[in-house]
Amino acid sequence: MKFVTAIIKPFKLDEVREALSAIGVQGVTVTEVKGFGRQKGHTELYRGAEYVVDFLPKVKIEVAIKTEMLEQVIEAIEKSANTGKIGDGKVFVFDLEQVIRIRTGETGAEAL
Amino acid sequence: MRKLIALLALLGAVTLGAPGIVAAQDKPAATTSTVTETIKVDAKAGTVTETVKMEEKTEAKPAAPEPNKGDVAWMLICTVIVIMMSIPALALFYGGMVRAKNMLSVLMQVFVTFSLITVLWFVYGYSLAFTEGNAFIGGFDRLFLSGALNVPAGEFATAATFSKGVVIPEIVFVAFQATFAAITCCLIVGAFAERIKFAAVLIFMVVWFTFAYAPIAHMVWFWPGPDAYTDPKLVDQLNATAGLIWQWGALDFAGGTVVHINAGIAGLVGAYMVGKRIGFGREAMSPHNLPLTMVGAALLWVGWFGFNAGSALEAGNSAALAFINTLLATACAVIAWSFGEWLFKGKPSMLGAASGAVAGLVAITPAAGNVGIPGAFVIGLAAGLVCLWGVNGLKRLLGADDSLDVFGVHAVGGILGALLTGVFNAPSLGGPGFVTDWVTAATGFSSIGEQVWIQAKAVLLTIVWSGVVAAIAYKIADAIVGLRVTEEEEREGLDVNYHGESAYHG
Repeated sequence: MKFVTAIIKPFKLDEVREALSAIGVQGVTVTEVKGFGRQKGHTELYRGAEYVVDFLPKVKIEVAIKTEMLEQVIEAIEKSANTGKIGDGKVFVFDLEQVIRIRTGETGAEAL
Repeated sequence: MRKLIALLALLGAVTLGAPGIVAAQDKPAATTSTVTETIKVDAKAGTVTETVKMEEKTEAKPAAPEPNKGDVAWMLICTVIVIMMSIPALALFYGGMVRAKNMLSVLMQVFVTFSLITVLWFVYGYSLAFTEGNAFIGGFDRLFLSGALNVPAGEFATAATFSKGVVIPEIVFVAFQATFAAITCCLIVGAFAERIKFAAVLIFMVVWFTFAYAPIAHMVWFWPGPDAYTDPKLVDQLNATAGLIWQWGALDFAGGTVVHINAGIAGLVGAYMVGKRIGFGREAMSPHNLPLTMVGAALLWVGWFGFNAGSALEAGNSAALAFINTLLATACAVIAWSFGEWLFKGKPSMLGAASGAVAGLVAITPAAGNVGIPGAFVIGLAAGLVCLWGVNGLKRLLGADDSLDVFGVHAVGGILGALLTGVFNAPSLGGPGFVTDWVTAATGFSSIGEQVWIQAKAVLLTIVWSGVVAAIAYKIADAIVGLRVTEEEEREGLDVNYHGESAYHG
């Protein structure tokens, strides 16, 4: 099993969710986050005071999937979240050791 | 509790201490109401009876002027909308600019200062500012408004305006001027916002109001009123009873010196003495709600029509002139600030436009009824650009953490307006000139250089007086309760620590 975390532009969330549903992903966890990468921040000016806003708002999505779906999932996120401009985000892939469905006690791929 | 007792003690000291300063000048009241004739209010008496009464008087002596209903209505409306300028307008304008954790502290400081000064105004402030005393301060003839009205007898004293034979009830003048005293003190709050103890604010306000606002208002605005000038022989004698700056001939229609320079300087001194906020220049201190700041600025603009046009004290040409100048100059300043920011800083900001409006309003205040359209146009444009520099280059030069730019907008705008009033008052530049002879009410003008010099003297005196009194007032507050909140309280916010509540939940 794999655990995929993607940081994307907030306005791309709906497209990414649709693309993931289309390939059969059953669940997604979404978090509003802030951070910086190569895009850097921007400056805000209030009268004489200039503040650099380092952390930009992004959306983090997390998906747990069977290993054989990995390529499809990465492709779906890459395509749907892409604008071609700096700041589109990144996809991180982890190995997933165990999954437990709390309601039934099922474990492993069954619980996905 | 200990602090409260200290506060009460201070109030007592101020009230008891004051007579020492002015005891020698305790002369009979002249006030603005040299006209001591009263209006008989009798619900049953019809207009016919009143007319008859007036005719009877005419035979005996010249009839004392009575207030006109239109003027009274106009001045009451103006008073109400000037109240709106402090609460909520100024409170929101300021509140939106601080961080969320200090929102309520700013609203409270403005709200309670407004109320405190209003109370003091009725107790002794009005008397010190607007009764005859010496050239610097008035006397105690109107303590608790004694003599201004006798409610059981239905007698209401009248206050002079700037036209012969036109008066308003003195209590209307008292209320109108109360709102000026209150907003002037409220303006100072912006300079030391986000780090001062609430009790220190109140102690400072009591001292500064008593020893800076009341004397400056007296020096600039107290005079015997036009009806007193009946004979050329009386002129020198009457002029000598007026306030010092009035005697110099300085023009200040609605309070460039009394309100804005006065408050701006007290604010700057406060910013130095209270010290910079923790993290100033290193941490972001972005305004937490600029929409509220915009609402506040817009309400200030509306209220300022009462402030400026109301300062004519009657509903006539002078009020109308002040009204359109307040409209035009403010719009000019918004345009100037916004385009200036666009040009020099890259983007025109909402905070900039709101600040521009206030800068324009401040600058046109002393000029409102004293200049014509060309004056309003130039003063507005100049205010937008000069105050933009006031909150940028000049602010960095001064190195004080004047949190909400009370100095950069109010003192700088006030000084600019006061000086330019001396220029654009000239009839050759479309201004109305000023009354040179109150016996005949003839107007004229000397020279721009001469008038600007008089204006500059008024500005300088206000700066020095307000600065010195403010420094002493902060020292007193510091000695009694301490000025500054603890570092921990400042980091957590004043709302929770000083008012036990938070502005926003969820």
